[in-house]
Amino acid sequence: MKQFLLVLLLISLLSGCAPATTPTLTVMVHDSFSISEEVAAAFEQANNVKLVFVKSGDAGSMVNRAVISSQAPQADLMYGVDNTFLSRALKGGIFEAYESPLLTGIPEEFQLDPTHRVTPVDYGDVCLNYDQTWFKEHDLALPASLEDLLKPEYNGLLVVQNPATSSPGLAFLLATVARFGPDGWQEYWKDLRTNNLAVVNDWNTAYYTNFSGSAGNGPQPLVVSYASSPAAEVFFAETTPTEAPTGSIVAAGTCFRQVEFAGIFIGTPNRDLAEKFIDFMLSTTFQEDLPLQMFVFPVNPQAKLPDVFVQYSQIPAQPASLSPGEIETNRETWIQEWTEIVLR
Amino acid sequence: MDGDCPAVNQMWRSPTLRSLALWLLPLGFVAAFFFIPLLRILLLAGENGAGAMGWLAIWRPLRFTLLQAALSTLLTLLVGLPAAFLFGRLEFPGKRLLSALTTLPFILPVVTAAAGFNALLGNNGWLNLLLMRFFSLESPPIQILNTLGAILLGHVFYNTAIVIRMVGSAWAGLDPRLDYAARSLGASPWQAFKEVTLPLLRPALLSAALLVFLFDFTSFGVVLLLGGPLFATLEVEIYIQALQMLNLPLASLLSLVQLAFTGLFIFLSGRLGGAAVPLSPRLSGEGIRKPRTPAQWFFVLGGMLTLTGLLLAPLIALAARSLVSLETGNLTLVYFRELFINRRGSLFYVPPARAALNSLLVALIATALALLLGMLAVYAGRRKSTFSQAARASLVLPLGASAVTLGLGLIITYGKIAGAPGFPILLPAVHALAGLPFVLRSLQPALESIPISLGQAAAVLGASPWQAWREVDLPILRRAALVGGVFAFTISLGEFGATTFLAKPDFPTLPVAVYRYLGQPGVLNYGQAMAMATILLLLCAAALLIVENLNRR
Repeated sequence: MKQFLLVLLLISLLSGCAPATTPTLTVMVHDSFSISEEVAAAFEQANNVKLVFVKSGDAGSMVNRAVISSQAPQADLMYGVDNTFLSRALKGGIFEAYESPLLTGIPEEFQLDPTHRVTPVDYGDVCLNYDQTWFKEHDLALPASLEDLLKPEYNGLLVVQNPATSSPGLAFLLATVARFGPDGWQEYWKDLRTNNLAVVNDWNTAYYTNFSGSAGNGPQPLVVSYASSPAAEVFFAETTPTEAPTGSIVAAGTCFRQVEFAGIFIGTPNRDLAEKFIDFMLSTTFQEDLPLQMFVFPVNPQAKLPDVFVQYSQIPAQPASLSPGEIETNRETWIQEWTEIVLR
Repeated sequence: MDGDCPAVNQMWRSPTLRSLALWLLPLGFVAAFFFIPLLRILLLAGENGAGAMGWLAIWRPLRFTLLQAALSTLLTLLVGLPAAFLFGRLEFPGKRLLSALTTLPFILPVVTAAAGFNALLGNNGWLNLLLMRFFSLESPPIQILNTLGAILLGHVFYNTAIVIRMVGSAWAGLDPRLDYAARSLGASPWQAFKEVTLPLLRPALLSAALLVFLFDFTSFGVVLLLGGPLFATLEVEIYIQALQMLNLPLASLLSLVQLAFTGLFIFLSGRLGGAAVPLSPRLSGEGIRKPRTPAQWFFVLGGMLTLTGLLLAPLIALAARSLVSLETGNLTLVYFRELFINRRGSLFYVPPARAALNSLLVALIATALALLLGMLAVYAGRRKSTFSQAARASLVLPLGASAVTLGLGLIITYGKIAGAPGFPILLPAVHALAGLPFVLRSLQPALESIPISLGQAAAVLGASPWQAWREVDLPILRRAALVGGVFAFTISLGEFGATTFLAKPDFPTLPVAVYRYLGQPGVLNYGQAMAMATILLLLCAAALLIVENLNRR
C-alpha cells in the first residue's frame, strides 16, 4: 500500500510540474507534423499561450479518432486532414467555420470547402520515385506514364503501399482512378499485378525495405513516395551530394496532390486563440518553416522555398485530381475492390 | 495488520473478507483501465449501428490468426524448451550475458526489428550476399520477407524469451532429489523427465505457452510489417476497420471475437493446469551443474549457437547498421553524433538522454505497479473459489484486448487527461496492465509450491503476518517476482500499440523517437533510427544484466 501511495505521489508531483497560469491551445496533429522551436515560440509569445500538440497517427487515423471522440474533443483544433479524408471530417461534423482574412492571398484551387470549415495550409504530391543509379546502370528509360508501368521492361520494378493502411498508397490508387476512370482502373491494377507489382503495408517498409534508392538498399528501383522525397534525400545525406540519389516522376496524371487543412473543433472554449493559430499557419513565418520540417509545399505563394527544394524537388504541372466528395463516396468500395484484385 | 483496530483485525481473520479486500485494488485497476474504457467504446460502436459486416470478414482473419498463432507457439516451444533446460539446469561460461541478451528482442520496436531482418535476410542482406558469393548464385536464395515464414520467424524471435525465462526459472527451482530418486529406482533419463520433471514443470510450461500463444494471437506489428499485406490477423483487421475505414461496429465485433477466444484459452489453460505440487523450497541453484560429458558440451554449444543465430543475429545486424556508413561502407559514429544535434531546430527533436530517462521512468512505475498488483492478486487468489478464478482470469484478459480498441476506449474515457501536457499518467498504467499477466503467471506457481505449513509454523513461532510474509514467502517468491518484473519492465520499454494513443510529444519515449526518424526519407534519418534503437538495446541490456546479478545473490 505504501508503495502504491508513493507511486501516486510521484505521478501527481510529475504531472503537477506545468504552471497553470498561461492558457493552453491544444492542436491535434498527425505523426508527421513538425514545427521549429522558434516559430512555435513566436506564436506563444505573441499570444501569451502555451501550444500543446497531440500526435494522433496518420491523417486517416487522426480524422477517425477525432470523429470517434467528438463527444469529448481532445483538442481545440486539428491540423493535417487532407483531401482524401476531408469529406469524412466534414460529414462527421467536427469543425466549425472560420474564414481567415489571410485566405485572400491563397490560390482558389486549394480552397476545397466553400463554407470554410477547413483552411488549406500546405500541399504535397504523391509521385513515383526512382533510383538514379539503378536506372543509369541498367540503361533503362524512366516510365513516362502510368501505362508505361505495364511494359515488360518494368516487370517487378515497382513497389506500392496498401491503400487500406497507407496514405500515399491510397493517393496512388486515386491517381489511377482519376486516370482510368471508375470502371477502368481495375483492369489496370490486374495488369500491374501480372507485371509483378510488389505491395507492402506502409510507406516505411516500401521506402526503407523495398526501394533500392534508399538507405535500406532493397530490390525495387521504383517506389510510390513524394515529389519532395529527393530533396529530403539530399538534405539528410551524410555528405551533401551534387546530385540527388533519387528522383521523382512528375509526368502529367502520374501524381496525386494531397492538400492538408486545418479546422477548429466545434465547441472549443478557445475559439479566439484557435482563429489566431489558423491565421498564423497562413502567415509566411509558418509557411516558410513548413518545407524543411515536413517536406511539403506552402499554399501561400508569398512564402519563399528553401534552396534544397528549389534545386531538388519538382512540382507536377498536371497532377491527377478527384473531388473530396467523390473520394468519400467511394473510398471504402475502391479499397475493397483493390484488395480483391491485388491481394487475393 | 493494524493491531489497534479490532474491526480490521476481525476482517483480516475471515479468509473470505481478506481475499475480497486483497482483490479490491487489482480488480479496481483493471476495471478503470480496461473494462470501463472497453465498455465505453463498445457502447459507442453499438450506437453507430451495423456497418458493413459479413461472416467472411470475421472468419477469414480469425482462421489465419489461429493458424499462425498455433504454428508460432509450437515453433517457439521447440526452440524455447531446450533453451529453458540449458538455462535452468546447466552452468556454462557466458550464461548470464546470454540470458540477458535473449530477452532483448522483447523490447525492440517492430520497425527496427524489421530493419534488422532486412539487413540480414533481405535481397541485399548480408546472408544472401554471402550465399550468393559462396555458391556463385545469380539471385538471392533466401526470399523470406513478406511470407508466412517471416511472421513465424518474427514471433519466435520475439517470444522465445517468455519460454526461456518462465520455464527456465521453474526448472532451476525444482527439487533435483526427485529426479535422482527416480533415476536410482531404475528410470531412464527420458522416463525420469517424462514422469517426474515434466509434470512438475507443467504449470510453468502451460503459463508460458498461454502467454506466447496470446502474444502471437494478438500480433500486430510483426504481421503488418514482416508479413506484408497478404496476411491479416484480427488485430490488423481491427486496426484497418477502426482507424482507416471508420467501421467501428465491425472493429468492435472483431475485438469481441478476439477477446472471447482469449477468455477461452485462459479457461482451457486453467483446466489443463492441474494443481501445483507443494514442494519445500530448495537452495537456489542446487540442481544446476556444469556440463561434463561431450554430449552435454555439444548441447550447450549447439544451444548457444542456435540462440545467437535466431535471437541475436538480427540485433547485431541492427547495431552494425548504426555503426557503418550507408554511403561509404566505412565505420562511423555520424549517426550517433547526429542524434545529439537538433539540426532543423524542430520542436519535436528528442534528445536521446531525455527519451531514455522518460522510458525508464515509465517502465519503473509500470513495473512497480504490476508487481504490487500481482502480489496482491496471487494472495487474494490463494483462497480457492469461483470468484477468485474469474478475478484472476480478468487480470490476464487484457493481453487479448486489441490495442487499437483499448486505445480508442481510453481516449474517449480519459480524453482530457490523455491530452493534458506533462507526464502521461495513463502510459505506465496501461503498461502495468500488459505486464500484470506475466507477474501473475510467474508468481502463482511459485506461491502454490510453498507449503502452507511454513507460514503456519512462522505464525506459531510468533511472527506477525507481515513478518511471516517477509521472512518466509518473499525469499521464495523473489526469483519468480524478478522474472515477472523483468517482463513488466521490458514490455513497457518496447510497447508501441497503446503508446501511440497515449504518448505525448512533450514526453517522448525511446520507441516513439525511433519511429519518428523513419517517417522521412534520407540516409541520416535511417541511420539515426538504427542508432536510437541501438541505444534502447544497450540501455535494456544494462538493466537486464543488473537484474541477472540480483538474481545471483
